[in-house]
This record gives sequence, structure tokens and C-alpha cells, in this order.
Amino acid sequence: MAGRQAELEVKGLSLSFGGIQAVKDVSLSVRTGELVAVIGPNGAGKTSLLNCITGFYKATSGDIIFNGKSIVNMHTHRLTSLGIGRTFQNIELFPGMTVLQNMLLARHTRSGYSFGLACLYAPAVKREEVRHHEILEEIIDFLEMQSIRKELVGSLPYGLRKRVELGRALASEPSLLVLDEPFAGMTLEEKEDMVRFLLELHDGWGQTMILVEHDMSIVMSISQRVIVLNFGEKLAEGMPDEIQDHPEVIKAYLGDTMDLGLGSAGGS
Amino acid sequence: MEFFLQLLINGLSIGLLYGLSALGFVMIFKASSVLNFAHGQLLAIGAFFFLVLVSWLKIPVVLAFLVTLAGSFVLGFVVERIFLRPLIGESLIFVIMLTVGLSSMFKGLLLFFFGGNLQTYPDFLPLGLALQMGTIYVPPVYVASSLMGGAFLLLFGLFFKYSPQGIFMRSVADNQTAAMSLGVHVKKVFALSWAIAAMVAGMSGIVLGIINGVNVHEISSIGLKVFPVVILGGLDSIGGAIIGGIIIGLLETFTSGYISPSLRDVIPYIVLVVILLIKPYGLFGLVEIERV
Repeated sequence: MAGRQAELEVKGLSLSFGGIQAVKDVSLSVRTGELVAVIGPNGAGKTSLLNCITGFYKATSGDIIFNGKSIVNMHTHRLTSLGIGRTFQNIELFPGMTVLQNMLLARHTRSGYSFGLACLYAPAVKREEVRHHEILEEIIDFLEMQSIRKELVGSLPYGLRKRVELGRALASEPSLLVLDEPFAGMTLEEKEDMVRFLLELHDGWGQTMILVEHDMSIVMSISQRVIVLNFGEKLAEGMPDEIQDHPEVIKAYLGDTMDLGLGSAGGS
Repeated sequence: MEFFLQLLINGLSIGLLYGLSALGFVMIFKASSVLNFAHGQLLAIGAFFFLVLVSWLKIPVVLAFLVTLAGSFVLGFVVERIFLRPLIGESLIFVIMLTVGLSSMFKGLLLFFFGGNLQTYPDFLPLGLALQMGTIYVPPVYVASSLMGGAFLLLFGLFFKYSPQGIFMRSVADNQTAAMSLGVHVKKVFALSWAIAAMVAGMSGIVLGIINGVNVHEISSIGLKVFPVVILGGLDSIGGAIIGGIIIGLLETFTSGYISPSLRDVIPYIVLVVILLIKPYGLFGLVEIERV
């Protein structure tokens, strides 16, 4: 499933909720095979941007082009079939189903057979089911989830649920994988596992990814390109080491160094 | 003993019918968490539609039955499209209040067109359907409704378990956001759940009409009986709705047979209160498991 074309182009995207402008005139691009990170302080509009790309929010203005097609006004169900898969900041799974069933659903939205054929369990249906299971087994092996495949998702610990959600997003074989804070709230060990999986996806499978993350050390070590948002606007874009030394970025995160010095002097 | 068996059989047939009526209610609740207070009116509309076709237009019964099912399906679809879709994303209480409004509107329209008198269908069920076991007699309508109920339950079970649309409906019920991210067309699922719910309601309405005659108030009040049934079985469980229906049906017939017929209509609500006290998720309802 490696190396599928995924060219994303966001042009002058804006999104407002009433009087609040969550995203202001943001442009960015993601090329096939890239791993791009979007960072920024809280409330910078990172998740809003991802929600626009995945169709959960409708942009107020601007355009989003995916593989040559404008997707800015498309419904989520069309975006999935075009090959955009995602995970959520606050894990959205089906708690009453097993790990395998959660992942199977991602395959079902892709299968074409009808109710009648399914009832008869026709050969075509059987072939398709077998293929679904092959793909899922590959993902389960890859994410080291063999031991929990029949567990109810609601009973799994947080870190594993994050992993299940990644597995489910992969199950729909997305050409572009959109990850909203894949490391949030994880222990160090869980983070290390997740880094390993994402790097393997990127290097081994050629998976194109765009992710939002707060953990700077991880962002700087795994991403090829970093985009910084602040108050809905794009502040900077570049290689991780360029971003680390970017004066505007440092200012956005730490505030003005002069102010900071004065503030602490006044406080003491 | 014979009396007991006769009551048992009556209770089972009525109970199955209650379960069938509740099925559509559960379906809407499962897909969209909306309590549909207009459910009783959906039953009544089905019953009157069939009345118009059979008694006034003299269309053959089987054809009329199918046309009623199709008509109810379309009605559910249209109601969702016109009244409920604009409220997607609004607080649930608005949607529930809307269904209260819909119920008054439908009831008013039915009274306007058909009046409040009791009307009956022509007798069309073959007497051969009746069962005679010793001294126990099961009238044809109970046999027919049980057969139909059983067939539809089986069909729905299969639909939810195996068909893609059924699986999508379950996924939307479980977690709407997650379902959306996997490419499930949520609005289509809502529309479909209303359409199917109205269809099942229409069918139950016809059977109720055959048993009790067609009267707006009468059939609408059966819609209220859906509440004890689904709360007993668990609001989100299809199987629970059926078993809840059967339990309520049995309770009603045994109460009226052994204690007093005037208690018949009260007993379901007494059960409702007791169940809410001791098992608030119902017998088969999903207890939310949460691990933080």
C-alpha cells in the first residue's frame, strides 16, 4: 500500500465561527511521501485546519486541492473514498466493539456488495472479505496488536486505544493520513512506540502524513517540514532546525524576551 | 389451565405487536439519540393510509399492504428531510420538542380528514389462518400478526448484522464522529433510519387497525405504550424491544384475566417505574463503559 499519490494544496484558507477567525488565509502544501508537522500555541487553529482538510468543518473561503481535485466543499464520506484518513485528538472509537470490528468498519465503507449478496454469502463477497482480513492482519502485525485484536476497545488503556485508532485509519488505506495529536497524553514508552510506527510508515510504506503535535522534541526529530501557526495565521514554514531558531517562532511560544525579562524582574 | 393458555397466547401475540411497534422507535433512537414522540402518529398514518386504499379505493389487500409500506417509507424520508435535517447539530431537546410538535400536527391532520370515529377494515383475513387447539382458539389476525412480526424481526436482524447500511447505522449510533471519519454518510443513515422506522410503524399500524379498528386516539395511545416497552427492554436494543413488548403484552393480558380488566392499561406504567428504579438501562440496554 506504499507510495500512493497524495498531493495536497491548501490555498488562502480561512475559517471563522461567528466573530472568531480560527484560520486566516493559510496556504500550505504536502507532497507525496512527505511527513509534515503543524505546530503552534494553544488556539492557533491547528485542529481547525485539519478539520477543514478532512471535511469536518467547511472553510469560509479559500480552496483545498487534493490530487488535482477541489475538495473544499466535499462531504467527509467522499473524502474518505478519495483517500483521506484521520485520527482524532480525543480518540473516537466504537467502544462496544472489538479492535478487529473497529478496523473492519473502515473496510466496509469501501466494499461494494449489496445486502442480498451479503445474505447469500456469495463467492464475490467471500473473496472480498478474505482480502479485507488480509489487509487488516498486516496492519495488526505492524502495530503489534495481535494480543488485543478480540478485546473490546472500551476496556483498553489509553495508549493502546490511540494505537487502535491509528490502525483503523490505516485500514481504509488512505493516501493521505491526517493525525491530530497522535502523542497527546501518552507515557514516554507509548510515545516511543508511536514514533517507531510513524517512522516505519513513512520510511517503509511511503505513507504521506500531516500531523498536529505539541511535543516539540518529537516533531523536530520525525518531520521533514514544519509549519507554524499562531492566532490562525501561518507564521513560518521550514525544515525542523530552521524553525527551532526562527525568531518569530520563539517569540510566539515564549512571548517577547524583553517583556519576559521585565516581567520576572518586576515580580521578584 | 385452558384459561391460562388462552391468555398466554393472546399475550404473546399482542406483545409481539407491541415489540414490532417499538422497533421503529428504537431504530431512530439508536441512530440519532432522538426520542420520537410522533411515533404513535406514524402508526396511525399507516393504518389510515391502508384504510383509504382498501375501503375507499378498493385496491386488493396485498397490493394495498405493499403500497402502504412504500408510502410510509417515503413519508419517513420526507419528514426527516423537511423537519429534522435542519436541526442536525442543534441541541437534542429541540429535536425532541419538534417531534412533540409533529405528533400534534399529524394527529390534527388525521382528525381533520378522517374524524374521531372508529372505522374498520373489511374482513379480508382467511378464516383458515385461525388455529384451533383443543378448546384454545387463536383468531386469524393474531396468527397473521405473529407471522408477520417474526418475519420482519428476522429480516431486521439480518439487515443490522450483515448489510453495509445496517452496519453503518450501528456505527453512527455508537460514535458519530468516528463513523464520519471512516466515510459513513451520516445524513443518509439518519434519513434511512426514519424511513425504515416509519415503514415498520405503518405496518404495525395496519395490524393494530385490524385488531382494534382504526381510530386516531386509540392508535396514538399505543404509541405511548412504546415507552414502557423500550425502557423495559433497553432503549437501544432491538432484541430488547421485542422481549420488552412480549413482557408488557403478557402482563396486560394476565392482569386483565386474573385481576381486573381496568388495571390492564395501568400495569405497563407501574412496570416502567419499577424498572427505572432498579435497572435504569433496561434489561438489555447498553451500559456505557468508560475508562479514563
